[in-house]
Amino acid sequence: MTQIEPQNLLQDRTADSPQFQANLPERYRADRLFQAAALLAVLIALAVLVMLLGDVLITGWPRLFTDFPDFLTSFPSRRAAQAGILSPLVGTIWLLVLTALFAIPTGVGAGIFLEEFAANTRLAQLIEINIGNLAAVPSIIYGLLALQVFVRWMEPITGGRSVLAGGLTLALLVLPIIIVATREALRAVPSSIRQAGFALGTTRWQVVRDHVLPIALPGILTGTILALSRAIGETAPLITIGALTFIAFLPPLSPLIEGLRSPFTVLPIQTYNWISRPQPEFQNNAAAAIIVLITVLLLMNATAIYLRNRTQQIRND
Amino acid sequence: MSENLAVSRPVSRWKPQRKLSQWSERIVYCLFGAFALLSIATTAGIIASLIVEAIEFFKVVPFTQFLFDREWTPLFANPQYGVFVLIFATLMTATIALSVAIPLGILSAIYLSEYAPPRLRRWLKPALEILAGIPSVVHGYFALIFVTPILQALIPGVEVFNALSAGLVMGIAILPLVASLSEDAIFAVPQSLRQGAYALGTTRREAIQNVVLPGALSGIVGACILGMARAVGETMIVTIAAGQNPRPINPDLSFLDPRISVQTMTSFIVQVSQGDAPVNSIEYKTIFAVGMTLFTLTLLLNICSFWFVNRFREKYE
Repeated sequence: MTQIEPQNLLQDRTADSPQFQANLPERYRADRLFQAAALLAVLIALAVLVMLLGDVLITGWPRLFTDFPDFLTSFPSRRAAQAGILSPLVGTIWLLVLTALFAIPTGVGAGIFLEEFAANTRLAQLIEINIGNLAAVPSIIYGLLALQVFVRWMEPITGGRSVLAGGLTLALLVLPIIIVATREALRAVPSSIRQAGFALGTTRWQVVRDHVLPIALPGILTGTILALSRAIGETAPLITIGALTFIAFLPPLSPLIEGLRSPFTVLPIQTYNWISRPQPEFQNNAAAAIIVLITVLLLMNATAIYLRNRTQQIRND
Repeated sequence: MSENLAVSRPVSRWKPQRKLSQWSERIVYCLFGAFALLSIATTAGIIASLIVEAIEFFKVVPFTQFLFDREWTPLFANPQYGVFVLIFATLMTATIALSVAIPLGILSAIYLSEYAPPRLRRWLKPALEILAGIPSVVHGYFALIFVTPILQALIPGVEVFNALSAGLVMGIAILPLVASLSEDAIFAVPQSLRQGAYALGTTRREAIQNVVLPGALSGIVGACILGMARAVGETMIVTIAAGQNPRPINPDLSFLDPRISVQTMTSFIVQVSQGDAPVNSIEYKTIFAVGMTLFTLTLLLNICSFWFVNRFREKYE
């Protein structure tokens, strides 16, 4: 290691004929500092994640597991110790199913249309720009749209502030995500497969249905699961369309239309309601509900990541 | 039998039965095309529903009052509609969020793409994705229950609901977005540029700062603007942690104090929606006027980002 005297450095810099100074020790030191700063940034993000999860677990765990599974099987109540998350949990499942039913066929269909049937047309470009814009629209704006369209204009069908309106809202919200995921998955399928199909005289739809779609399916599924996990964490648009916070019944399964048109609540909204109460007992309830919510989300995310890693490995093999 | 068949069939060329597949092709094309148009219909629906109610609003409240009133008190007996009260509060929380998310996000992106060993990267990326998947209501809980008490212990004069804690946690919430978009941009800079820099004798940090980052600049700035749009539209964190307190615009700038409670555009919409504002009441119209303002702001930011990315993109072969 060569030590460079600071005075020497100063003289060199101020001299009229500036001589090149490699000054490596100094530069390597800056390098290490920079790398440490970059690592620190990642660590801060992870530390916050750990603190967040830790705080929720410590606060909510005792509540969740006193008289287990009472917390999961009781309705919300004015008394914190008796309140549970049955109706929000069931509401979340209703919304998950409805959103999937509405958003997956339309999103995948639109993705197929844009990638396979209308690739590189003016229309596809227009829709692409439009989807880019939609992805940046705040979710609460979707809530306002839904309030106007699904709750007011379509009230005879949806029954106003109902599960059905909520499902339609979330489906619109995640539609752009599913479309983008579908397109990316389809783009990754080699075009030789399509050409082989065409050479055998199949139509475009037959090629897509029998050959392209099966290969792209894991990718589409990954994107779809991530989109759905975003949907069940949403709060703002559902507050806007008037999901209630105190529901002491479950939507009936038969007749189905009755269930679809009944009012509802979901886990994030129940959580929000409990957070905004001053008593600490309700905040313990909120933490316990968050544990349930995050468990569901983590399971969905883990499935998606697992699927993606597996397909990447297959592709690499 | 078989001889019979052979005789009865005229000796002509084989013709495939195409009717059915042609029909299904046509049906699929129209159906999926309609699904794709749904995204355009969503945009149109958002704009239409916002404009319809906003026009109704401006029939009651003059536009100048909306812009130039110094207070925001639409629920009072003597209402004032100075929307800039909400806009300033929104921009303040968003600025605090960005001052966390931009440095940490870009540094994380640099670490992930330039420094992290592949094995570590395989763990870090899903961890950041989990952070991105945490619902905003959980972030809001974390801000109110965990971060605010810490801030109160460190800084004098911090209220229970304050813009600072909401902004800081919102910064963590949008960090994964900024990080992953920046990483994509950095990843797109070709390896040959880095090798060229090393060949000139730069250290790793110098190559990153002088070659890689300028090459990825358009994407990184685009990521930051999108992060800003996300922060402006973020709802639950500010509603839970920053309270519902619109501050009048005073010459002493006390409304920009981050230690006190504020009301953003999104939290105002939530406040009114929770109160079950009757349709056609002025409150109902007000949330659409505020929603219109919010939508315009995020749209402008989005267009900015789009323009920036396209205008300053470095094209590599």
